Amino acid sequence: METILDSTPQRTTIIKETDSVVVRFSGDSGDGMQLTGMQFTDTSAFLGQDISTFPEFPAEIRAPAGTLAGVSGFQVHFGSKEIYTPGDMYDVLVVMNSAALKSDLPRLRKGGIIVANVAGFDSKNLKLAGYPEGAKSPLEDGTLENYQVYKIDVTKHTKDALKDSGLGMKEVDRCKNMFVLGVLFWMFDKSMEYTIKNLQEKFGKKPELLNANLIALKSGWNYGDNTEIFTTRYKISAAKLPAGVYRNISGNQGLAIGLIAAAEKAGVPLFLGSYPITPASDVLHELSKYKANGVKTFQAEDEIAAICSAIGAAYTGSLGVTTTSGPGMALKAEAMGLAVIFEIPLLICDIQRGGPSTGLPTKTEQADLLMAMHGRHGEAPLPIVAAATPADCFDAVYEAVRIALEHMTPVIFLSDGYIANGAEPWRFPTEDQLPPINLKFTTTPNSENGKFLPYKRDDRGVRPWVKPGTKGLEHRIGGLEKQNETGNVSYDSKNHELMVKLRAEKIEKIADSIPLAKPDSGKDKAKVLVLGWGSTYGAIKTAVLELLDEGVVDVAHVHLRHMNPFPKNLGQILHGYDKVLIPEMNTGQLRQLIRAKYLVPAEGFSKVQGMPFTTEEIKEKITELHNSK
Amino acid sequence: METSTENTAPVKLTAKDFTSDQEVKWCPGCGDYSILKQVQTVLPDMGGDREKYVFVSGIGCSSRFPYYMATYGMHSIHGRAPAIATGVKAANPELNVWVVTGDGDLLSIGGNHFIHVMRRNPNIKLMMFNNEIYGLTKGQYSPTSSKGIVTKSTPYGSIDEPFNPAELALGAKTSFFARTIDRDPKHMQAVIHRANKHHGTAFVEVYQNCPVFNDGVFFIFTEKETKKEECLFIEHGKPLVFGQTENKGIKLDGLKPVIVELGNGVSKDDLWIHDEEDKTKAFMLARFADLSKDSETHFPRPFGVFFREDRPCIDEDMAKQIETIQAKKGRTSLNKILSGEKTWTIV
Repeated sequence: METILDSTPQRTTIIKETDSVVVRFSGDSGDGMQLTGMQFTDTSAFLGQDISTFPEFPAEIRAPAGTLAGVSGFQVHFGSKEIYTPGDMYDVLVVMNSAALKSDLPRLRKGGIIVANVAGFDSKNLKLAGYPEGAKSPLEDGTLENYQVYKIDVTKHTKDALKDSGLGMKEVDRCKNMFVLGVLFWMFDKSMEYTIKNLQEKFGKKPELLNANLIALKSGWNYGDNTEIFTTRYKISAAKLPAGVYRNISGNQGLAIGLIAAAEKAGVPLFLGSYPITPASDVLHELSKYKANGVKTFQAEDEIAAICSAIGAAYTGSLGVTTTSGPGMALKAEAMGLAVIFEIPLLICDIQRGGPSTGLPTKTEQADLLMAMHGRHGEAPLPIVAAATPADCFDAVYEAVRIALEHMTPVIFLSDGYIANGAEPWRFPTEDQLPPINLKFTTTPNSENGKFLPYKRDDRGVRPWVKPGTKGLEHRIGGLEKQNETGNVSYDSKNHELMVKLRAEKIEKIADSIPLAKPDSGKDKAKVLVLGWGSTYGAIKTAVLELLDEGVVDVAHVHLRHMNPFPKNLGQILHGYDKVLIPEMNTGQLRQLIRAKYLVPAEGFSKVQGMPFTTEEIKEKITELHNSK
Repeated sequence: METSTENTAPVKLTAKDFTSDQEVKWCPGCGDYSILKQVQTVLPDMGGDREKYVFVSGIGCSSRFPYYMATYGMHSIHGRAPAIATGVKAANPELNVWVVTGDGDLLSIGGNHFIHVMRRNPNIKLMMFNNEIYGLTKGQYSPTSSKGIVTKSTPYGSIDEPFNPAELALGAKTSFFARTIDRDPKHMQAVIHRANKHHGTAFVEVYQNCPVFNDGVFFIFTEKETKKEECLFIEHGKPLVFGQTENKGIKLDGLKPVIVELGNGVSKDDLWIHDEEDKTKAFMLARFADLSKDSETHFPRPFGVFFREDRPCIDEDMAKQIETIQAKKGRTSLNKILSGEKTWTIV
């Protein structure tokens, strides 16, 4: 739908109404693109639009300015319809320099808009971005003729706007992202009110910086309004989301407050032992802020000490948590074995990234599933819970904590860089809407002769949890195999086999307390089932919904949260479909588990590029499988 | 109305109350037996309730210790006991946390946790049984074994320079260091008492004989013929005296320790007076073990409390910080945490 908004004699601006747009802000690490993207996102959210974001930054803190290695991007998909992914291709690409254009142009849709800071396209910048000596700027050489290109000298305009600000060159230069934000707000007809308020909070104590940022922001808006280069503005209505109160949430934030909520509901103190690692560190940062709620955070000397301190805290009756990523998981593996044989509650959060080794620390991957499942010495099964979206990190970790505390076992929670840093609107629950976590510490002997038996189990195979300090129940636990019930050291071969079996049965029985699997979209029976887990949720859901809408492909989508044990009816569900497709950001780890357990000839669809699936890729693969013999 | 009165006076606990029902399985003649006995003997005198004690250990012969104590306890994984104990103490500062470890467990695989627990100074007690050998893995050299030692893994002699545990602990900012020995029960009991009284991480090195793989490595400090010449028992405020008839002393010549014969005009007043709070001198005492190797003068080995200082403990600071912030900001309701600062409503 197009309407003529402004028809003063000199100019005509067309307002285009559309249901969703993908904008990519891209620039040098030092250009403030993450902040710009977040401000733009928050404003969209406040206007009631649905959103999904994808921040993407280099592993280097400050790679050489102007180079491809230093490009930092922030992608936001917003719209008046329900949005499940940050978008495959962008409609608008904002580039602060030639390296950003070179790096991100391939995913700008044909005919899309480029807003370019021309100051980032001088010969020096072109050279840094790897263009040949003496090459013409891509803004000028005709290579962008399939796009709408808006060339703005952001650097100069910001400088001009701030010439009386009294700020130094460096500080003035830092304001150019606000100029760009102002232009984009004008383009998308968005209010600047939210950002102005935010700047006031951020720079409240530095009036000269506040003023400069405000001037730059408004100058950007006025630039859009006054110049005639833009012929089109875009209007996006609020989304028809379920009624309620919303907030914006990233996966790591959701994880952090999910832990606080679960600990409070269970009535136990929260202790986090952690060692900084990308992309998990934000959970440590976030939880460190909640000291007033009694949250104890401990930055340990290494990954091993991090999990060990959490084991120590769990032993005293706290919710012990450790957060990490792949390399840290490997280091924690021995201690996980200890927690398994101790049979104490513990939460191990793995925010996956590209591996092996340091791999792609800032990029996403789902390649730790088999490590979570099998990566320990001896027979050491553990429950695994995986989050699907940023907001789902809250629900999934809450469930992981419930399992740990109610079933006296370490639990692995899997997230990944994509949803950990990505954000979406969240219709958050209130305290009384949260499910209960049933937990009781043992304070009296549990056998007929008045003795305390630390490894005597209930009908779920769960042993009692006793806080040290409880009189009369003094007992020792250890990493050596223990005699059934008494917990005394035992090297008896039959007893060892029994204990291995009892520990495994305890994990299997958790399946009694988890929901059955059911299609997220599509029907119980169809030709193709797409079985997903973790952060592929948004891309799979969008693909399946679009295909169902088109009505040609007979497909359904089941998404797993519980990776171990699986829902009890999963086998039955899988047999309701002719074909099963498992898209994963690894080389087929869930597929291996599903094939082994259910003897179903599931097809894999792998992507290990440090990037999430696009909806289009999944649609194509489903269609191909659907139509194959 | 009749009332019955019960005797509510606390029953004095005995060593037996700290002895578990598990059979002790160290080798016959192992120095660990003596350490276990001294700890069980001393604990009842230290006050506090049995249920408040948690013994945490790693891996090695020494680390079986918690199984034999009738307290709470954890036998964990190799080298990690200090990290686990830090978590226990930080989560519940009310508990009386003891770490029992060995020279391999603490200084080799657990080296990182060792230095970090020293600097953080949680209010825990840490006893390292030093036998200068790996016992449980059947006789390889350890990070405290003397250079040249012939073991299963060093048939041609070890070429590794050993650690000096006292020097290492002081360098890592320990707030308490003491050394004692398995065959001197009285001395060990006194040292354990001092360690227990210390506020902060109390690191006690116990020389412990391994009769199977390193028998006699400390005999010069325990046998009648040599003990008085080789041992220097230090006490706060007392001069450094040793020798068969307490006929020798150590005095300071500038920064250099010198062994002197008492008499002939040299009196105890001329000697180095031990000051537990002097860290520089504690370093010098720590160096005695190496000085004997490096210089021509053979120095006796000091036993007793080398150094102690009062400084903040991480477990208490963690609790205090929480209290301060709670007092200042107040607890945030769960509903407020769930909603965050910025929300919007969709109708």
